[in-house]
Amino acid sequence: MANIISDETIEYVGILAKLELDGQEKEQAKKDMGEMLDYIDQLNELDTSGVEPMSHVFPVNNVFREDEVTNGDGRDATLENAPERKEDAFVVPKTI
Amino acid sequence: MRQYETVIGLEVHVELATKTKIFCGCSTEFGGEPNSHTCPVCTGMPGSLPVLNKQVVEYAIAVGLATNCTITQNCKFDRKNYFYPDNPQNYQISQLYLPICRDGGIEIALENGEKKTIGIHEIHMEEDAGKLIHDEWGENSMVDFNRSGVPLIEIVSEPDMRSGEEVVAYLDKLRMIIQYLGASDCKLQEGSMRADVNLSVREVGAEEFGTRTEMKNLNSFKAIQRAIEAERERQIDLIESGEKVVQETRRWDDNKEYSYAMRSKEDAQDYRYFPEPDLVPVVISDQWLQEIRDRQPELRAEKLERYKSEFKIPDYDAGIITAHKKLADIFEETTAICHLPKKVSNWLMGETMRLLKEHEMEAEELSFSPENLAKLILLVEDRAINNSVAKEVFEKIFGENADPERYVEEHGLKTVADDGALRATIEKIVSENPQSVEDYRNGKKKAIGFLVGQTMKATQGKADPGMVNQILAELLQ
Repeated sequence: MANIISDETIEYVGILAKLELDGQEKEQAKKDMGEMLDYIDQLNELDTSGVEPMSHVFPVNNVFREDEVTNGDGRDATLENAPERKEDAFVVPKTI
Repeated sequence: MRQYETVIGLEVHVELATKTKIFCGCSTEFGGEPNSHTCPVCTGMPGSLPVLNKQVVEYAIAVGLATNCTITQNCKFDRKNYFYPDNPQNYQISQLYLPICRDGGIEIALENGEKKTIGIHEIHMEEDAGKLIHDEWGENSMVDFNRSGVPLIEIVSEPDMRSGEEVVAYLDKLRMIIQYLGASDCKLQEGSMRADVNLSVREVGAEEFGTRTEMKNLNSFKAIQRAIEAERERQIDLIESGEKVVQETRRWDDNKEYSYAMRSKEDAQDYRYFPEPDLVPVVISDQWLQEIRDRQPELRAEKLERYKSEFKIPDYDAGIITAHKKLADIFEETTAICHLPKKVSNWLMGETMRLLKEHEMEAEELSFSPENLAKLILLVEDRAINNSVAKEVFEKIFGENADPERYVEEHGLKTVADDGALRATIEKIVSENPQSVEDYRNGKKKAIGFLVGQTMKATQGKADPGMVNQILAELLQ
């Protein structure tokens, strides 16, 4: 494996992804990520000069909606899975 | 004493005036019951797919054209990743790599008469977040996703501003353009226009920029000016005392006139942007662009010329009225009803401006109907009420959109036009004030003023002044 992921990197990525990994999981994640980067390196060997960057996998563009209200009051469905609700709002830990 | 220069750039978020959200058919109406305007798309339910509202693209292009930007004819969306309770998807769909508009600028006029161009770096489309409602005493916050997915454009300026005055002039101009286009109502108080101020200071003559901070939570022009002043002072104090300005986001508290750090560089934002896979690219053809260009509404300069030629109102009047889309709209609608453009203009420039100032309101907040102003103007025109009564009635129209005809009726404010009754009143006043009568007859023509005053008092201000003068003149002959 050419790419070695440091403990700091896996720690940082964990924070960004809000993941708490134990020692064993961290080692596994380091290995997985290293292998992914190796694969990217392999892709980078290709000469892509002159190739238009792809912005989407499907050759489709301009899929639009007209500006018309099609949805009604969705609060019951929206709140159905709320772990905690108060009146018609989700309750979350105090956040400023 | 070292001289410092303030360098300011703005990020302005504007909620677009679409009927529906950017990626789903939920209503954008302001003030609905919490979570009543939500669906799986705008609450980030797994498996839901966004579909772009075409009107959002058209408004963004319209604003870009009106601010002299180059339109990115091949543009796309990107995903900005972060965790926050008001963001149910854990990412915001925005544009980083190919924003819809770039490299524009608008000209502002300063108080000293100078003109300056403020560059616009880019304008991109994105979705708004939900709203957190904080319980002052409780342990929790509550989340309302009605605003989640409301379309925004973010207008990023170049760091071209050097003072609070320039910032306000820029925002004012931007707001006017967007309101004229109908792309947003741009109400700072309601948050449909929000400005974040990026500010740094440097010694005059320095080439490098200083370290900048970003200030949030500015919801009036006055707050913006106060925050700029305070932040400039804070940064200069740090530099003068040998400390360093820290790059951070600060939140302005306008009551305390103080800002505090929200997040600093230690938890620097790493948004891990990547192309949004759920949306296909937007290709804007020359033809589409031309259609939007052809549909652009009349902007201020054209309106100003038209007002002068069509309504024959003076340059000065046209300038004041067209400075605010709202005033211009009221002017046109009222004039269409009463056909007295100069009278309408007088009410707008005089009493309306005076009351706006007195109540510290913005023209956008005017809520009276053109019908009522037109009725008032016609009442005066028909001499049914006199000018001082009209001003009193106008305050009611301004404040509570009162119907002037009904108000005048209910409060018995109609001008006393009954010749007989008025004549009797004046005869009585003349007989009670022999001294004034004598003074008048002895050449002190001013004495008539006192008698007019007494008459107005006796009729509770309802007499027609022209008629009073006429009758008095007859009686005093």
